[in-house]
Amino acid sequence: MVTGYGAPKHHHPKRANGNKEMKDTSTHGYLDMDLLRFTTGSVDDGKSTLIGRLLYDTKQIFEDQMEAVTKASAKRGNGDVDLSLLTDGLRAEREQGITIDVAYRYFATPKRKFIIADTPGHIQYTRNMVTGASTANLAIILVDARKGILEQTCRHSFIAALLGIPHVVFCINKMDLVDYSEEVFEKLQKELEDFSSKLEVRDIRFIPISALKGDMVVDRGDRMPWYQGPTLMYLLEHIHIAGDINHIDRRFPVQYVVRPMTNEHHDFRGFAGRVAGGVFRQGDTVQVLPSGFESKVKSIHIGEQRSMEAFAPQSVVLTLADEIDISRGDMIVGANSLPESSQEIDAMICWFHERPMQANGKYAIKHTSRDARCVVKEIKYRMDISTLRKADGDPTLKMNDIGRVHLRTTVPLHFDKYQRNRITGSFILMDESTNETVAAGMIV
Amino acid sequence: MHSYRLTHLKELESESIHILREVAAQFENPALLFSGGKDSIVCYHLARKAFFPSKVPFPLVHVDTGHNFAETIAFRDALVKEHGATLIVGSVQESIDQGRAQEETGYHASRNKLQTVTLLDTLEKHKIDCAIGGGRRDEEKARAKERVFSHRDEFGQWDPKNQRPELWNLYNGKKRPGEHFRAFPISNWTEMDVWQYILLENIAIPNIYFSHEREVFDRDGVIYANSDFMRLKPEEKPYQKRVRFRTIGDMSCTGAVDSPAATLEEIIEEVASSRVTERGSRQDDKRSEAAMEDRKKEGYF
Repeated sequence: MVTGYGAPKHHHPKRANGNKEMKDTSTHGYLDMDLLRFTTGSVDDGKSTLIGRLLYDTKQIFEDQMEAVTKASAKRGNGDVDLSLLTDGLRAEREQGITIDVAYRYFATPKRKFIIADTPGHIQYTRNMVTGASTANLAIILVDARKGILEQTCRHSFIAALLGIPHVVFCINKMDLVDYSEEVFEKLQKELEDFSSKLEVRDIRFIPISALKGDMVVDRGDRMPWYQGPTLMYLLEHIHIAGDINHIDRRFPVQYVVRPMTNEHHDFRGFAGRVAGGVFRQGDTVQVLPSGFESKVKSIHIGEQRSMEAFAPQSVVLTLADEIDISRGDMIVGANSLPESSQEIDAMICWFHERPMQANGKYAIKHTSRDARCVVKEIKYRMDISTLRKADGDPTLKMNDIGRVHLRTTVPLHFDKYQRNRITGSFILMDESTNETVAAGMIV
Repeated sequence: MHSYRLTHLKELESESIHILREVAAQFENPALLFSGGKDSIVCYHLARKAFFPSKVPFPLVHVDTGHNFAETIAFRDALVKEHGATLIVGSVQESIDQGRAQEETGYHASRNKLQTVTLLDTLEKHKIDCAIGGGRRDEEKARAKERVFSHRDEFGQWDPKNQRPELWNLYNGKKRPGEHFRAFPISNWTEMDVWQYILLENIAIPNIYFSHEREVFDRDGVIYANSDFMRLKPEEKPYQKRVRFRTIGDMSCTGAVDSPAATLEEIIEEVASSRVTERGSRQDDKRSEAAMEDRKKEGYF
């Protein structure tokens, strides 16, 4: 385990007197908190209400924010305070009353810190949903208790599964409008279970809630005594996420070579990067790709601290026992579990740009720390993400479309399937003339 | 047997170090915008960790409004000296003297907006292609939408509706000549995370963050530090008070808080129980509902 952070080393002349000594921080509760990133899907007002409810009931909305939102709501002639104004940050969004971009919201309870990727739910913003989902551990999908499974339920579930979100929570919302009926909840749960058995999601949960009235969000309320499961907040605080990362296959994309060339560190040659999978220990036999040379991990550094091991998602510096030529874009891997290395890439793609993907088009590709170029050899099919079926006919990929493609890259990529590793299995495509990010890819 | 679990602070640290290394690898001439405030101090601390045992491979840039807290400048100079950092200072006074910026007048005159001119001039003069800033998404609603790698056109402008999608930890820093980037390594940190991290890592910060006695005056419900730069209205009478600063910006727009918090632990407790956001005492954000968005479009960080 990494230890030794925070030992007092530097004392500035300007340091305040009140902070002479470091307290034993291990006694502070926050050291035991971890981080959960989640995303919410819904096209109606339920999503803003739910986020507002989570923030409000956990006392994360400040007086000056509330004052600003109240003022803005009044200016728009809204009767009630519109909590969506808290998250819709851009002028165009507030004027049109819609979310058009991903907004990140933060809140914390004594148990955990949370990052919400608040994304628009409409089909024309699929790319924003994909963006928000790419880093999420958990997806909340809102289902209106009166309306049941809709096209957007399918779409949001499919995106969550495609982007490898390990935990999906279906919140059956607006229970207040169906008399908090257990039958309604159970029927919907059954339908959702049948439907989601087609999706590759590890952990699926169901909670009946009323975001508007607050039932089962943070507080249980007393209107659904028949429901024995956790509230949404309890689930968010306690769900086990440390096991979501692949700690088996060792992957270390080299970002940067640290060569101080000072007298003190004359021969130091360290490889900086963020562990993308597995656990690296001092003395481990590793292989360097693409050269294929083997060596041993000589030391592991986190800032000035030495560590015996490094695991995902830690940012560290590794040194190796042998002098091997390694540069940015190379990958240090466990010698006993190699990734695939190939120039032929099969992937699911979400297309982001107004100009459709060109068959035979050439794009720049970024995969871990490796930059290359690629050509689209074939667009195999487009998904109809409302029905979860392959669409018939023309497989052109336009903005917000998702489909399967075959690419050939200029140099081999060292990758895992996305479902096995979300870091070594993902890439982006960039337009070579405008430099814009035009697609996200998940290797299959 | 342990569970390979990182605390939220260590995960945020790891993410920020990854971002700083991406900046160093993808750009030719990056620089860290350093105001002497806690966020930029944390960024510098993270940069030292990211490249150790090498020195931080980019200079610090301070946009000097001329209306600084003396304590901040002393802190900046001590930090530069201790770590042998390179410091570039861009002066708003110089921009005014050269006629490139127009000083605001009146009681509410602030040089906050003028910083943009000086910032862009300084970046151009030193051919800086990526300016790293300590901006956080929790600070303000326009910032909540900004990318970690934020593209700016050749006029330094931000186009919020045409931002590049940013997925996983893949950051696209490709640009055409003349364009540049802003990078925000602590985007996902909150005010509380920053304070907890300062405590955890024992990071030195300017002493005006801690409770101290100074001459202040009240204006529009905000407590301001009195100084030669402030023009007092006849009814505004300076007096002595124990205060501290929750954020440190230009003296003309940074309000103090009435606080006895003299240690980091006390500050953390105070932040935890606060009912007002950190920028609640920043006059620059209150000018209009989209004040921050408008300034950012023009090139403000």
